Amino acid sequence: MVSIWFFIGISLAVNGALILSAGIYQLVHPPVNPGIVLYHLHANVWWGAALLVFGLIYCFTFAPGRRS
Amino acid sequence: MTFLATEIPAHLVRLSSVDVVIVAFYFALVLSIGWYLKGRANTGEDFFMAGREMTAWVAGLSFLSANLGALELMGWAGSAYQYGILATHWYWIGAIPAMLFLALVMMPFYYISKTHSVPGYLKLRFGEPSRALSAISFAFMTVLMSGVNMFAMAKVMQIVLGWDINFSIWASSLTVAIYVTMGGLRSAIFNEVLQFFLIWAGALLIPILGLYEAGGWTNLKLLIAQRASEQYIHLWSGLGSFSNNPMGINWVGIVFGLGAIISMGYWTTDFLVVQRILAAKDIRSAEMAPIIGAGFKMFVPIIVILPGLLGLAVLPEKLLPESVAAISGGHSYNDVLPLMLARYCGPGLLGLGVTALIAGFMSGMAGNVSAFTTVWTYDIYRPLINSKGSDHHYVNMGRWTTIIGVLISVGTAYLVMQFASIMDYVQALFSFFIAPLFGTVVLGMLWKRATGPGGFLGLLCGTLSSIGMWTWVKLDPTALRYVALSPHAKGLAQDMFQALWSFIVCVVVTVVVSLATKPMAEVELSGLVYGLTNVPSVGDVPLYQKPLFWAAVVTVVFFVLNIIFW
Repeated sequence: MVSIWFFIGISLAVNGALILSAGIYQLVHPPVNPGIVLYHLHANVWWGAALLVFGLIYCFTFAPGRRS
Repeated sequence: MTFLATEIPAHLVRLSSVDVVIVAFYFALVLSIGWYLKGRANTGEDFFMAGREMTAWVAGLSFLSANLGALELMGWAGSAYQYGILATHWYWIGAIPAMLFLALVMMPFYYISKTHSVPGYLKLRFGEPSRALSAISFAFMTVLMSGVNMFAMAKVMQIVLGWDINFSIWASSLTVAIYVTMGGLRSAIFNEVLQFFLIWAGALLIPILGLYEAGGWTNLKLLIAQRASEQYIHLWSGLGSFSNNPMGINWVGIVFGLGAIISMGYWTTDFLVVQRILAAKDIRSAEMAPIIGAGFKMFVPIIVILPGLLGLAVLPEKLLPESVAAISGGHSYNDVLPLMLARYCGPGLLGLGVTALIAGFMSGMAGNVSAFTTVWTYDIYRPLINSKGSDHHYVNMGRWTTIIGVLISVGTAYLVMQFASIMDYVQALFSFFIAPLFGTVVLGMLWKRATGPGGFLGLLCGTLSSIGMWTWVKLDPTALRYVALSPHAKGLAQDMFQALWSFIVCVVVTVVVSLATKPMAEVELSGLVYGLTNVPSVGDVPLYQKPLFWAAVVTVVFFVLNIIFW
C-alpha cells in the first residue's frame, strides 16, 4: 500500500514547484505594482523552494518501490 | 473559478492562474486518494475503523486536523484580534490537559473495549438507553453542524474570493461525498493528514513575514499596547477579575469551565475526534496519538493567534465586530486571516493559503460525515432498526449514509441561508451535550459503583440543565450574572459556567441515582472500569517510546509556555 507520506510528498513537491515557478517568473518579469507588502523578500521563491525540497525528500523516502 | 472571482468585485483577494492550478490540484489529489483507497474499504472494520491499523503519527495528526478546520483558523485569528493573546487559552489550557487525560486515563478503556464509538462505550457501560440518547443527539447535531459550517465556509469563500455560494457548497460537498464513500474512514484520515501539512505550508509564512514587518516579538508587543491595550498581551495576569481583561471572564471560568469541563468534554468524548484514535493499530499508538496531537496543538497559535495579533499591529484599518461590519461595509475581526494572507502572499502562495482554508473545511466536513456514518450505522441502525444484517450490508449502509449525510448537510446549509438565526441555535444545541457527556463517560470509567440508571439520568439531567440555563439567559440576558456568578461576565463566560454547572448536575444525579440503585456485577464491568481492568502494557520499549515520558515532556513545555506569556 502506498504510504500517506508519499501523497504528502507529492502535494508539497507539486505546490512547491508551482510557487517557485511563479516566484521566478516575477523575478524575471517584475510587476509594476506587486500588490503585497514585503515583495522585495520574494517569499514565493524561497518558500516554494523549501516546499519543493521537503516534498521531494518525502517522495524519495516513502516512494512505493522503497517500502515493502 | 477565475471568472467567478471576477464577477463580484467586492472580495478581498484575486487568484492568479497559478493559484487556480494549485486549488484544482488539491481537488484532484483528494479524489485520487479516495479512488486509490476504494478497494480497501470492503469490511466494516475497514470502512468504519480504517482497519484499526493507523500508526501513532497518522492517528495523532488526523486527531488534531479533525479539529483544525478553516472556520476554526479564521474564527480564532479573529478572536485574537478582538481579545488579544487570551484566545490562546483555547489552544493550551483548553486542549492540552484534556488530550493528555484522554491518552493516559481514558484511551485504554476505549481501546480495550473495542468499541466502534463513544455511544458504543456507553452501551457497554450503562446500557441501551444511554447509548440511544447520546447516539441520536450526536448524529443529529453532527450532521446539522456540518451544514452550518458548510454555509459559513461558502460565505467566507464569497467574501474572500468572490465565489458563488452554490458553487462552493456543491463542489466541496460532492468531493467529500465521493472520497469518503469510496475509502471510508481511511480516506478521511489520509486527507486530514494531508490537510495538516497544507495548513502549515499555507499559513506559516504569515507569522514569519508579519514578525519581520513588525520588527520582532518585542516590538510587536509595544505596537499592540499602543494600538489596543497592555491587557492584550497577557495570558493570566488580567484574569483576576471579570473586568480586568477584554474577554470579560475570570480565571475560574478559564481553569474550571474551559480547562476542566468544556475541553475535557470535547477532546475526550466528541466522537468526531475520538474516532481517529480508535483507528490506531495498538494500545501504545492509541496512547501516543493524542500526545503527538497535543505536542503540535501547543504550536498551532503560531499560525492562528499570532496572525490575529499581527493584524492588530500592522493593518492600517481597524477591524470591526461582524454586526457593525455588515452595516458599515468595513472588514470584520473574522477577516483578519484572509487580510493578512492578501497582505503578504503573491501568486502561488495565495493559492496555497486558499487551498489550506478549503482543505480545512473539507476535512472538517469529512470528519463530521464519517463520524455520523459510524454512529448511525452501529449505534442507531443496527441496534434499533436491523440487528441481523451482514457485515456487507452494514458497509453498504455506511456508504449510503455518507451520501445522505452530505445531502442533509447541504439542505441544512440552504436552510441557514434562508434563516440565519438557525446557525446560532444549532451551535448552542451542540454545546448542550458536551459537558454532561464527559461527566457520564468519566464516571463510567473511573467509578465502578455507577449504574445504568444513574448514567442515563445523569446524562439526561445534565443536558436538560444546560438547555435550561441557555434558555434562561436567552429570555433574560441579565440572568448571566447568576449563571456566571458576576455582574461583569460577558458572553464567553456563559459557555464556561453553563458547562461547569451542567457537568456538576450530571455528576450529582449520577452519583445519587447510582447509590440508590442496585450495583452492577463486577464481571460485567471488566474491561470498562478502572480497578476492574487489566490495562495492557505498552510493551518493553525504551523510555523515549513510552507515552508517559512524552506526556511529561508536553506537560513541561505547556507550563513553560504559560509562564513565558503570563
